[in-house]
Amino acid sequence: MKKMVKLGVVSTLSLVIGASAAFAENIKIAFIDPLSGPFASTGTNGLHQFEFAADHMVNEKGGVLGGTNFEIVAFDNKISPKESLIQLQVAIDQGIRYIAQGNSSGVANALTEAIAKHNRRNPDSRVLFLNYAAVDPALTNDKCNFWHFRFDANADIKMDALTDVMSADESLKKVYIIGQDYSFGKAVAAAAVSNLTDKRPDVEIVGNELHPIGKVKDFTPYSRKIVASEADAVITGNWGADMLGLGKSLIENGYDGPIFTYYAAGSGITAAFGDTAKGRIRLISQGAINPIGSDTARETYNAFKVKYPEGNIDQSRIFNVIGMLSTAIEAAGTADDVVAVASQLEGMEYDSMWGTKLFMRPQDHQIIQNLNVGVHTNDDVEFDYDNSGYGIVTESTVEMASMDSPTTCKMKRP
Amino acid sequence: MELILVNLIDGLVTGLLLFMLSAGLTLIFSMMGVLNFAHASFYMLGAYFAYQISIALGFWVGLLVAPLIVGVLGAGVERYGLRRVHQYGHVPELIFTFGLALLIEELVQFVWGKNQMPYNIPEVLNFTAFSIAGNSIPAYKIFMIFTSVAIFIGLLYILTKTRIGMIIQAALSYPRTVESLGHNVPLIFMGVFGVGTALAGVGGGIAGPVLGTFPGMAFVLGSIVFLTIVIGGLGSLWGALVASLLIGWITTFAKSYNLAMSDILMRLAYRPPKI
Repeated sequence: MKKMVKLGVVSTLSLVIGASAAFAENIKIAFIDPLSGPFASTGTNGLHQFEFAADHMVNEKGGVLGGTNFEIVAFDNKISPKESLIQLQVAIDQGIRYIAQGNSSGVANALTEAIAKHNRRNPDSRVLFLNYAAVDPALTNDKCNFWHFRFDANADIKMDALTDVMSADESLKKVYIIGQDYSFGKAVAAAAVSNLTDKRPDVEIVGNELHPIGKVKDFTPYSRKIVASEADAVITGNWGADMLGLGKSLIENGYDGPIFTYYAAGSGITAAFGDTAKGRIRLISQGAINPIGSDTARETYNAFKVKYPEGNIDQSRIFNVIGMLSTAIEAAGTADDVVAVASQLEGMEYDSMWGTKLFMRPQDHQIIQNLNVGVHTNDDVEFDYDNSGYGIVTESTVEMASMDSPTTCKMKRP
Repeated sequence: MELILVNLIDGLVTGLLLFMLSAGLTLIFSMMGVLNFAHASFYMLGAYFAYQISIALGFWVGLLVAPLIVGVLGAGVERYGLRRVHQYGHVPELIFTFGLALLIEELVQFVWGKNQMPYNIPEVLNFTAFSIAGNSIPAYKIFMIFTSVAIFIGLLYILTKTRIGMIIQAALSYPRTVESLGHNVPLIFMGVFGVGTALAGVGGGIAGPVLGTFPGMAFVLGSIVFLTIVIGGLGSLWGALVASLLIGWITTFAKSYNLAMSDILMRLAYRPPKI
């Protein structure tokens, strides 16, 4: 018995050593996002897309630097900035050099500050921050730093593109802005007002309103007000249950114009809107899904559906993160020296399989890309969301949106 | 002027929906003296069951069967859960129902996931009944009004005009006397609990397509239901009706008009001090 135990201990030990030796070869990316609690579905969906992108785009193609694989290590931050900082420390202690995060700009603000501080104090274990979805404009303006790269268009860029498309419609006379009462909702409203007054001074903003986030049972009274204001278009940054509730109620209560949104797709929302919202919901996003950007993208999406039949690729930018990072590591010839990798990422031009050129602006590390405004429909949908038959079909594209937009970023380079 | 009429109708719909939940809750409270924290969770279960059944057998079957299942579940909770906890006093009862609410929410997330469910209004009712000055009133809202009014009248009739109703009312005030007259009081309690939760289930089945079927739906409605029965006087059916309608109209009008406290004070000739 004693001998058995000894044998067991020895073999486990050797297994552990063997395993860690094998893993040491991998380039690890820490994924710090909510994997439990109310936003778990968003986080888990993002994690699946990251894991799939790493396997499909890098590992199955022989890895980078002549055979090194990518490995995604998941950390649950419960969408709390405090918890995220703890998980960041754990990740750094495990020797991870690349941090990916996206859900909540509050978390991103905390992480970017902590990472800048860590890199200043520990030049030997510096890390890079790959922000794939936190869209607070401040991250690439006042709070920018050399270690932070944003692979999503920020809230201002999205609104700029959205209002470009809206302004092209001459019949547009009255616009109603409604959003959730917190920093992001306010940022969307402010950007909408400044862009619209700039581009179409003749358009009247007939309503600009915030409602409590996640607490409204019935949006009917808001819809009545919007109908009574005779608005031709509604702009909202709502997401989740608030998006669905507002959209459904608007359509049911007789509003017949378009609804311009940021997040009205995937996570069950597309399926729940179904036929009622056909041709009514407009969505600003990056990456062409319908029609698909390229044959590579089609093959990738189909392979993803085989692995995750219930999943959606609703964050195609995650594939851009993996693609650009592997290109940068390849060009730098190392994955350990993050300064060299960051220097490659800066100013990189990359052809995304989702049908757009990507440009990582060196002055503020904000990605510049084509932005699409799509419509919720079931016509010509090759890749639907939520297996509902409905998806987002691109209607208009803004080429390299906000390429020359100003930034207040004054970046200090190491 | 037209908008006031539209808001009156909208508020009526909200109020009657609230009443369907508060009616059951207030009955259960007057009977057992316990606030059922899980009541809104039965409302959520009603919506999810109705959705699940509607996929296979259509909306109407779902709306009929789901409340029955919820009612049986509710009766089971009373028989095997609450009745056992009852002997230890009110605090354990409260904790029990509170825990049940959390448990049901987790279970719903476990079975159906965290996403919104595509539970939609049936085709037959998916049209505009009439419109007032460009504001359309969906036929489904008219259906909601008629269903809840019918339920209220039915409930009132059973409670005041039938033999069962009289026994229930008697059991509420003098359980020992009723028991010594040969009636099975625990069975009556179980039945009332079942009917109360089934009413919440009906509410869920009807409201699911309009207000959304998602794991947070119980939480969103839960607190306001307690408020309703407190305003209406704990245990009073009429009180619950009046309070529900009152809250329905107040919330609707408050959202419809951008009126701030400062505006009202300014009207009353109050001027803010200059800083």
